[in-house]
Order: sequence, then C-alpha cells, then structure tokens
Amino acid sequence: MTATVTPPAAAPGAPTPHGVAEARSLFDREILVHSLRDSIVKLNPRVQIKNPVMFVVLVGTVITFIEAIAKPSFFAWAITVWLFLTVMFANFAEAMAEGRGKAQADTLRRMRSETEARRLRTDGTEERIAASELSKGDTVVCEAGDIIPSDGDIIEGIASVDESAITGESAPVIRESGGDRSAVTGGTKVLSDRIVVRITAERGQTFLDRMIGLVEGANRQKTPNEIALTILLAVLTIVFIPVVVTLDPFAHYSALVSGATGSGTVSVVILVSLLVCLIPTTIGALLSAIGIAGMDRLVQRNVLAMSGRAVEAAGDVQTLLLDKTGTITLGNRMASAFVPVGGTDERDLASSAQLASLADDTPEGRSIVVLAKEKFDIRERALDTPHQFVPFTAQTRMSGLDVDGQKIRKGAADSVKRWVTEHGGSIPADLDPIVERISKSGSTPLVVADGPTVLGVIELKDVVKQGIREKFDQMRQMGIRTVMITGDNPLTAAAIAQEAGVDDFLAEATPEAKMDLIKTEQEGGKLVAMTGDGTNDAPALAQADVGVAMNTGTTAAKEAGNMVDLDSNPTKLIDVVEIGKQLLITRGALTTFSIANDVAKYFAIIPALFAATYPQLSTLNIMKLHSPTSAVLSAVIFNALVIVALIPLALRGVRFRAVGAAAILRRNVWIYGIGGIIAPFIFIKLIDLILVALHAY
Amino acid sequence: MVAHIRRSLISVVVITAVFGFVYMFIGVGISQLLFHHQANGSITANGSPLIGQDWAATKCPGHPDGSCVFHGRPDNTGPYAAVVCASNAKNCTPSSGGDNPLVANGVSGSSGATNLGPRSQTLLTNTEQLVAYWKGLGVDNPTPDLVTTSGSGLDPDITPQDAMVQIAMVSDATGIPASQLQALINKETHSAQWGFLGAPYVNLLELNTALANLG
Amino acid sequence: MGLFLTILVLVVALGITWRYLGSYMANVFEGRVRYLAWAERPFYRLIGTSPEQEQSWKRYAGSLIIFSAIFLGVGYLLLRIQGSLPLNPQHMGAVKPALALNTQTSFVTNTNWQNYGGETTMSYFSQIGVLTVQQFVSAAVGIAVAIALVRGFSRRNSPTIGNFWVDITRCMLYILLPIAFVAGLILVGEGAVMTLAGTATIHDALNGVTQTIPRGPAGFMGAIMQLGTNGGGFFNVDLAHPLQNPTAITNVLYIWLTLSIPFALTYTFGKMVGSIRHGAALLSAMVIIFGVWVGFTSYAEHTNNPAVAAAGVHSTVGNTEGKEVRFGDTSSALFNVSMTQTSDGAIDSASDSYTPVGGMGLLTGMMLGEVTPGGTGSGLYTILVYAIIAVFIGGLMIGRTPEYLGKKIQAKEVKLAGLAALVMPLVVLILTAVAVSLHAGRAGPLNSGPHAFSEILYALTSQGNNNGSAFAGLTGNTAFYNTIGAVDMLLGRFAIMIPALALAGALAGKQIVPAGLGTFRTDNGMFIGLVIGVIIIIGGLTFFPAVSLGPIVEQLSHGKFW
Repeated sequence: MTATVTPPAAAPGAPTPHGVAEARSLFDREILVHSLRDSIVKLNPRVQIKNPVMFVVLVGTVITFIEAIAKPSFFAWAITVWLFLTVMFANFAEAMAEGRGKAQADTLRRMRSETEARRLRTDGTEERIAASELSKGDTVVCEAGDIIPSDGDIIEGIASVDESAITGESAPVIRESGGDRSAVTGGTKVLSDRIVVRITAERGQTFLDRMIGLVEGANRQKTPNEIALTILLAVLTIVFIPVVVTLDPFAHYSALVSGATGSGTVSVVILVSLLVCLIPTTIGALLSAIGIAGMDRLVQRNVLAMSGRAVEAAGDVQTLLLDKTGTITLGNRMASAFVPVGGTDERDLASSAQLASLADDTPEGRSIVVLAKEKFDIRERALDTPHQFVPFTAQTRMSGLDVDGQKIRKGAADSVKRWVTEHGGSIPADLDPIVERISKSGSTPLVVADGPTVLGVIELKDVVKQGIREKFDQMRQMGIRTVMITGDNPLTAAAIAQEAGVDDFLAEATPEAKMDLIKTEQEGGKLVAMTGDGTNDAPALAQADVGVAMNTGTTAAKEAGNMVDLDSNPTKLIDVVEIGKQLLITRGALTTFSIANDVAKYFAIIPALFAATYPQLSTLNIMKLHSPTSAVLSAVIFNALVIVALIPLALRGVRFRAVGAAAILRRNVWIYGIGGIIAPFIFIKLIDLILVALHAY
Repeated sequence: MVAHIRRSLISVVVITAVFGFVYMFIGVGISQLLFHHQANGSITANGSPLIGQDWAATKCPGHPDGSCVFHGRPDNTGPYAAVVCASNAKNCTPSSGGDNPLVANGVSGSSGATNLGPRSQTLLTNTEQLVAYWKGLGVDNPTPDLVTTSGSGLDPDITPQDAMVQIAMVSDATGIPASQLQALINKETHSAQWGFLGAPYVNLLELNTALANLG
Repeated sequence: MGLFLTILVLVVALGITWRYLGSYMANVFEGRVRYLAWAERPFYRLIGTSPEQEQSWKRYAGSLIIFSAIFLGVGYLLLRIQGSLPLNPQHMGAVKPALALNTQTSFVTNTNWQNYGGETTMSYFSQIGVLTVQQFVSAAVGIAVAIALVRGFSRRNSPTIGNFWVDITRCMLYILLPIAFVAGLILVGEGAVMTLAGTATIHDALNGVTQTIPRGPAGFMGAIMQLGTNGGGFFNVDLAHPLQNPTAITNVLYIWLTLSIPFALTYTFGKMVGSIRHGAALLSAMVIIFGVWVGFTSYAEHTNNPAVAAAGVHSTVGNTEGKEVRFGDTSSALFNVSMTQTSDGAIDSASDSYTPVGGMGLLTGMMLGEVTPGGTGSGLYTILVYAIIAVFIGGLMIGRTPEYLGKKIQAKEVKLAGLAALVMPLVVLILTAVAVSLHAGRAGPLNSGPHAFSEILYALTSQGNNNGSAFAGLTGNTAFYNTIGAVDMLLGRFAIMIPALALAGALAGKQIVPAGLGTFRTDNGMFIGLVIGVIIIIGGLTFFPAVSLGPIVEQLSHGKFW
C-alpha cells in the first residue's frame, strides 16, 4: 500500500514545473499568437450565446455599428470600436487560458500517435499493430526500449519503467505482476526486462487520451458553481436591459413635463454604452478563463482532475483523510531496536524477525532485515527447505513464514497475541508494558512470535515530516478537519497524531473502517477528500467527494478517484484544496469588483444622458469629466481595459492565504468591493484627461 | 384541484364571517359599551374637537368675517380651492362653495390634501395668496401652518405660535386685551402627549369655546 | 428631542415585541400553541385537512394561488353589488368594474392601494366583509410563505414545507386576531370612531356652520390594517384622518403595530432555524437601512417646503404642507418612512408634498424591495432572497460553495432567488415606461415638472411592491391606472411568492452541511454589511436613473418651480 517511488520532496504549494505541465510563462509568445487568432474565431455568435453577458455586448456593438454608419460621428465610431474591443478582450482572455492546455495536449498527442504495439495472439505469437488499434482485453509484450502502447496491468514479469513522459519524474519505477504495482500507463517506456501487459483501457479511453482531453479542455463542462454564477450574471444582465431601455420613454416624458426644449431623445449609442457598462462584463468576460486556468493550475502541479466539479468540490472539503505513511510521516518506518521478552535472546529475536521479513519487501520489512544484519551480522538466508510465506493482509494484520516446523509471525500486537493464544501459547508478562512503551513513544511495536512463543518486539520508528504541523494548523483555520488514517494501533496512532498535529485519527484502519468513516462524515453533510493507491482503496476513493489516486497506484484506484496525482505525493491533497478554493475566490472577487464598478459608471453617464433636459444633473458629474460624450467614452474605455488588466489575475487566481473564512472575506471585500467602487472613479477620470490631452475633445 | 377549490370556497365563507363580521361586530359592541363617546366621534355640543371647522365663516359684527375667532389651517376645497381655481384652472377642485379658506372642509365631510409637490408653481402661488389673505386680516407674519394645508384637510389643531400670531386680529375684533388672549392660549395649550409625542398644540374648538365664554 | 424619545419608546417596545412576539410566532407555527384548538380543529375538519397533512411546495403554492384567486373573485363581486347589500346607511352605489378590480387586487395582494375615497365609495358591508377580511387574509398569506421558506432552512431532506391552510388559520387566529382586538380597543379609547351608525350632522352655534362627520368602524379596521401592514382602507386620507388617527399616541401605536410583526419575524426565523443570531443579523440589516432612511427623511422634512420658503414664509417647524399639527414634522416623516419600508403604505401626512429628498426617502424605501423590514411575511421572505444572493457572492469570495444555514446555495437556488429579485424592478420600470408613454398615463399627474414623473413612478413602485402608499396627486381612478396597477400588484406579489415557495421546496429537500471555521459566517457584521450591500445595490443600480429624473433633479433645481 505504500508508494514505491519516493515522491519529490517539493515544498507543498510550490509548482513543480515538469511532466505534462511544461514551464510556460503566463504570456508565452506562442500562446499569445494563437490566442489572438482564436479570439477572432470565437466571434461566432453561436459561441458567444453561451456567455449571455458578452452576447449582449456583441449585440450592442452591432447596434452602435449600424448607428455609426447611419449617423457617422467620431463618438459613435469610437464607442463601436471600444465595444468591439470589449468582446475581443473577453475572447482573448478565454483563448489565453485555453492556449496553455492546447500546447500541452499537442505534445501528448504526438506521443500517442507514434506508438506501436506487439500484440500476443492466442497461440503465443506476436503481431505488430498500431497502438490505437488495441482494445480492452488484448495482451501485449513490452521489452526494454518499448513504449507501453496502452494502459494495462502486468500479468507476467517485472520491469523498470520510465514514467517521465506522464509524471515528469525521471527516476524509473519498478512495475511487476500482481499486487498494487502492476498497473502501467500507455506512453511510458520500459527500461529493462520484459513484461506482458493485459490492456485494461477501451480504445480512445486510455489515461493518455483522457489526459489530452483534460488539459485541452475539449469537453469542458461548466461546474456547478460556475453554472450558478452564470445564472446570477444573466439575472444582472437581464435586469439592466429594462433599466436602460426604459430610459428613452422616461427621457421623452421628462422633456415634455420639464418644459425643456427638445424632445429629450437619448442617443442609442449612449444607451448601449450605459448598458454595456452596467452589465457585469468584467466577470462575464473572464469567467470561463478563470475556470480553465484553475484546471491548468492543477495540471501544473501534476494533478489531473477528471472534472471541474471535482476541483470545486476540493474547495468545499471539510474533512481530509490522510494516510499517515508518506503524507504525515516520512514515507517509511525503520526498525530501530529488537526488544526480547520472556527471556528470549535478543539475537534469536533478530534472527526470527529477519526470517519473517524475508518475503516482506515493504520498506519496514527491509529495514528489519537490514537492522538484523547491522546489529548481529545475520545474513539474509536462502531458504532451501520447503517453506511458505504468509503475506500480510488487512484482516490478519500479520505476515511471516512457515519453515522447518517453525511458524514465525510478526505483526500488530493484538493480532499476534491472538494468534499465539490460538496456538496454545501464553503471553509473557513483560510484553504488554514494552508494547505500550513503544506505542506511547509514537513508534510502532511489531510483535514477533514463533508458534506459541512470543519472542519479542521490533520497534519501528516513525518520523513525522517537517512543516506538516504548520500545514495542519492552516487547515484547521480554513475549517478543514484532518484525519490521519493508519494501520497502527490506537496508542501509536495517538502519539503520531499528537506529534503531527492532526485533529483526529483512525487507527487500525481497514478499508472497511475507512469507508465507514467517509460515509459517517458524509451523512453529517461534510465533503470528504482522501488519497489512495491500492485496489482496496478503490471503493473509498469512489465514495469520497474528492478522491486523489496516486499515479503509482492500481488501475482500479485511478479509475475510482476523480483526480490522479502524477507525482504520487499524498501531501498534494492540501494543494488541491487550495486550488479549489482559489478558483471560487477569484470568481467571487471579480463578480464583486464588476458590480461595484457600476457606481462610478453611473456617475459618469447619468449626467451626460440627460444633459439636454436637465442641465441641473451636472451636479452628479462629481468626476468633473470634460463633456457628456467624453464621459461616456471614458467609461466604455475603462470597461474594456479593465478586462485586459485583470487577465493575469484571472489566470493566476486571486492570492490565497490559508487563513479563516472571516479574514479572507474581509480582505476580498475591501480589495474588490470597496476597491471596485473607488478604482473606476480614478481611472475614468484619468482616461477622460488623456482623451482631452489627445485632443479627441 | 377540485379539493383546493372546495376548500377555498368554504374558507372564504368562514373567514369572511369570522375575521370580517364577527371581529367588527364584537369590536363595535365592546367599543360602544366601553368608549361610547369616542366610538361615536367624540361629538360635543358644538361639534367634534377631532374635526376642524369653518371658523372663518363666523360672523363678526363690524369686522371682517372670522376675525373675531381663531382660525385653523386652510382647506383643500372651498373658497381656498376657489382661490386656486382663479389662478390655475387645471388644478381647480370643484367645491361646495360654502367653505371658508382657513378651516377644514367641514361641510362635505370628505378628506383630502392638496398633494402639491414641493416645487409646484401652484403651491407657490397659493401660498403667496394665503399670505396676502392673512395680511389683509392684520396677521403680518403668518406661520407656516396657517398658509399650508394639512394632510387630512381636517386638522382641528394649530400650534400655540399659530394662535399667538392671530392675537392682534382677535383682540381688534373682540376688544379683549391681548394679554388676556395670550393667557387664554397658554391655558388651552396641550403639551405634547407623554411630554414628547408630537408637539404642543391648541385645539381650535376648545380655544374658540373658551373665547366665547370670555366674551 | 421629541423624535428621539419617540424612537426610543418604539425601540424599547419593538425590542420586547421582537423577543416575545417573535418567539410566540415560532411556537404558533410549530404547533405548540394550542389554546384555540377547539376553534381550529372543526375548521380543518370542515375543509378536510389537518396539521399532519403536510404539503409539498407545489401543493402549498397551488392552495395559495387558488385561495387568493377565489377571494379575488368573491371580493370583486361583493364590491360590484354593494348597492344591494345590507350595512349601507349612506347608500353607496356599486363600485365601477375597473376600480373594483384594482381595489380587490390591491387588498388581496396586501397592497391597499386606494384609487377610491373610502368614506365616499365604500359601504360598511364592503369595508367589513371585503376590505377588513383581506387585511387579515393577505397578511396571513404573506406570513405563511415566509414561514414556509423558513422551514426550507430548518428542515433536512424534507419533501414538504407545511400546510397552507393550517398556517394561515393559525396566523389569523393566534397572532393577528388577539393583537388587533386589543389594539383596536386602545385606538377607540383614544378617539378613533367605531360605529355602524353612519354620518353625524352637527351644528356649531359658535360659528353657525353645519358639518357632516363621516363615521364608521374605523378603529378596529385601523388596528388590523396596520398590524397586517395593509395600510389602507377607511378614509380617503387614510391615517391623516383625525377620526382614525386622533392623537400622537395612536400615531405611535400605529407605527408599532406596523413594525411589530415584520421585525419580530426575524426572531421567529432565528428560533425556527435554531440560531437567534441569524435572526438578529437580518434584523440588524433591516434596522440599519431603516434607521438611515428615517434619519435623512426626517431631516429633510425638518427643513422648509421650497414653495413655502419662496413665498417668504420662514419655518421653524419644518415642512408643514400636508402634515397634521398633532404629529409634527419629524414624527410624520417617521410614520411615513415606517409605512413605506414595511409595504404598509399608510400615510399620516401627504407624501406628495414632502420635500424632494423627503419624497425620495419614501420612494426609494419602496424601491429597496420592501425588506427593511418589509411587509408581514413578504419582508422576511424577500430579505431571505437577498440574503441568498449575498451568501452566494460572499461564499464564493471565501472559496467555498456558498451555504446559508447549512443549505448549499447552488444553481437552482440562485436561479429562484434571482428570479424573485428580478421581478419587482422589471415590472415597475416597464410599467412606468408604458404609463409615461401613453396619453392615458400622462393624464394622471396633478403636478408638472419632474414631480409629475415622480408621481407616476411612485404609483407603480408602490403597487409593484404591494405597498399602497401614494403620491396622491396622481389621478389613479381611471381605467388605465386601475388596470395597469392591478397587473403591477399581482406580479409584484405572486411572481415573487411562487419562486420563494419553490426556494422553500428546494431548500427543504437538502442536506444540512455542518458549519465550521471555513464556513462563511452568516451571523456577523460582515454578513450584515453584505446583505445591506446587496439590497442597496440591486435597488440602487436598477432605479438610480429613474430616481435621478424625479426627486434628484427636483432637489438640484434650486429656485425653479413648475
């Protein structure tokens, strides 16, 4: 159940620029050029209608364009051009966000198309076919130097595999048949040995295919919150249409009753300008870019989300289930001492312990072998006599070896004790105190027994990762409860939980217990996130709201989860949560900003609108803008430029700090709410000054 | 659907009976029992102190009509309306004609305000004419109440200040010394209810009744 | 000083009401108050329902619509035939069709817009059997919808939101009837008329004038019309009439009656959802906006009327045009602000003659959607709609799928809340545009200049918000205004109620997410600020251009008269 490849010890939160996510600057030249081209393609009304806010702007542009042709004036043309630019800027923002994904997808696609497969016929002979011809259930042979043609499970052999094409991690990993390390991914390269792989992916449904689709955003579905926000934006657009349209009859009537000269007709160009300024164009223009960029940020951290929904759910997570090993503690426990009980010689204990661990190639198992060797110079023995290894299972929670009539077992204290009792043995009095002492110190006691005789205890030391405690403190402030999942006994678990600062732990965790925990949390209305890699994690991964499967994990695990971490770094879960939150915050902040902007725009446009009928309203021109038309034009220019100015923010996301909800809200209300009210006053005035300076007026 | 309609129809009958008629009939019954005077309009020998009257119509031998009593606030209908009609036919409300400018529309019994806006030229003109009217009666500085119509058009009260500015007029017509009238107003002034609700006021029916008792 | 003490008395009285009436109402709707069960049960049996028979939101809405429609029809008929009905000592004739339609719509929708002069149009039978009944019923219907929405929050995975028939019955029986009865007696004791004896004719020997005094059952009608935030009825000038609002004490009592249920419902809400703090947060948002509006409107009315000032009359008692001496300037403003912010719409002074800023205070008070505190029930359900929008935007800003009281606010809720918030501005603006464009609409205003526009805008805003307050200069009793007003009132009422009930249904069916440190707090100052922001922004941004053509330009036109 442990990751074979030690994950790169990247500081959590730092982007790891490798793998699918090639390092590209935000404004990569190539992407910029493509984006410009795409912005024009996106002018297609069928594309625009999907975004009601920008569609209204497009229709407005057409109206002012017709007006400008019918009654040409500098003002009408200037407004038409800037409205058109507003649409273009929105398209450009979206194209920019998509551009990065497309570039990555191209690289991956090249890899897929060039692969050839050696399919095994039923008679055992090979045939060479294109990788794309493979279907589920085929078996293929891969030898050193071959690219694995599709996803599958190794059914025969062991090989070292270079997965850097997918994960970016250059160190090769070992893949072998059976167990949790049998899954291989199409597109990765066999470095040594020969393996036979049974293909588990349908044609066109391979991991690589899905990855291409994901980074490209080809069938990007709007996420639930995005849909809700789109509805709100549509409401804010719909409500402003009558606000603006009714101004014409209002103005006519006002001219009639005020006794002013003129009919009070308001220019259509100004009305359209007002409408565009009032509807939430800023967020409307950037909404999809924010969503795409959020997914992209995940990809950059080597996490593939199967849906945007999962990313959003990550932001909502209230309970985080974290495997102790590899996430909270530094990967593996190391045997540090042999403590004999009941008068057993320490050397005999070490010897038996080593024997029991020979077939155990977990790091713990190997560390026992190594410790015995170091301490007592006991060599690894080749077993000549008939023997049988007893593998570890989550139910027995023991492993060992039956050889020469000996039945050596090592495992969790209570399991071994039960086993000893079942075999008619008795428990030495000094065992429990020793087990307890080791447990309390946060180490793991492994009890070693030979049939009915308890030999002693192996102390496995666990080392908590540096900085993890601070991370959990932040989680707590964000309102996320962390639960450590461990197979350790409650005492050991408590000690480590204490040291690492997690809120809770699930000790002696079986997959069933893990599943139950998730269900309990969910019944209480909480959203749960977890990581997993083994086949027995699959049900829990599927049950969890956010299930991050390790790329090193089994196919079953990867299919059950809704995200795959290519780095197989369980700590990444924390990053995923932050990215999910950042995505929502960016949307919320820009929505607030967009609405807050309206105040200043009203003060710019309303006095201009009714200048003929009610010159008194110039009192509302608190920005002292030069003239009615310069005021309107300045507001429209501001409205367009603010989109461009905010593209980097949309793509990078609003800065997220792991603090409490209240602090985040206060900060964002100040910056985007109050700032959103003030900023346009300043910039509209500036644009007006510039227009005057340029002798446009 | 049918059940809904049946339910609704029965409810309409029961609710109308209970919350319309039973509520109101019991209300009338108990009110008549406990507050007979108030429930019937607080009517006294010379009218109800709650409803403004046409004081300007009072005959004052040797002096202009109404100058021998204290007046209330202008009415929206009646001669005041006639004043309005003269200046602005559009806003003219037909009136009973028997009403006097400076009291509520006691005759028709219907209530109403001018509903003229704060920047109404008509309101400005009317106010100017009312100022002129008062000056003609010897009230040189009419208070705002005396030149503006009340919300109901039936306002039975004036402020003590409103009464004070009329002292010279009344004193001149009745021969009662100003100081005595001043004392009378002070005596008839009600302080604000509970000391702070609303403002001090003088009820015209009470004031003029007291005035009549003096003379 | 008087204003401050008046406010202090009101604050104390309303504080007590908030706590105890609020709690009592929660007990009533949760079926814990049973002392009138002997009256309730037979009624349920008669109509074939029971408190245990809960309804889905659709059935609840269906009951509400059919019930209201039938009441609308029956009331219309009764008004049309009032001439042949008893209790008509003044021999009033039938109410004309358009006026009857407008009037009955007005009362069914809790608007109480009066295109009629009460004492000159309505028989006692109509006042009692049509208008007063609706003052109970429409208030109860509004409260029922609010309670249904509150249940949406308090229940978990529930397919039902209560029983409409039981809710309105309990509301009228346990809440409206007892309070109205006691208040009615106090009002009569203070001088409000309460008789079926018809007009009185008196002759005053002092001035030789014969006077007709209109009378009727005004005291008890006044009590329920204010308690139910109905606000209209007996007299043409409504509560400026000395026979319905005789003293400063009755004036304050009316204010208390009007504000009591809308404010107290926030406590009911808090109690039913298990967090008084949440109720207090909504209360705070209401009180803050209410306070600001009382402040600037009273201040504006404490200045002289521009026309009076231009005529050379100096005033130390504020704008007296259209105000009664016994109330004074600021208390009148307090009264009218209270009535425009509660969807009550009663007046004790002529709103039309308020100063430009004062009039704007009344007009914009309604434009904010009648949520501060709004009408009985409608105030709560509408502010909950705004709160949902605030929660949505605020929730996004902290990076969580927004939740309010543990209920996730997702696409469906945003859609329904958006719809409910959209209706009023849309209807009001479009109908105003229609009115100012047509000859029939342009014929309405008494005044000219920007005030003419204000009068039309005010009328349609008032009806669209089911308020019923009026810039009464507008001649509303025409086929055009009676019809357009009826449309305005129906949409303003039911096009918000239905989404609100749908929202109740959607929320009731949801799981409750437990709150944590990462949850967007919806019971603190920041949330109050956000709710206020949403209310002001939705109202402000949609109506600013229109208001700028009315009161704003009027205020800015120094020395100009039309």
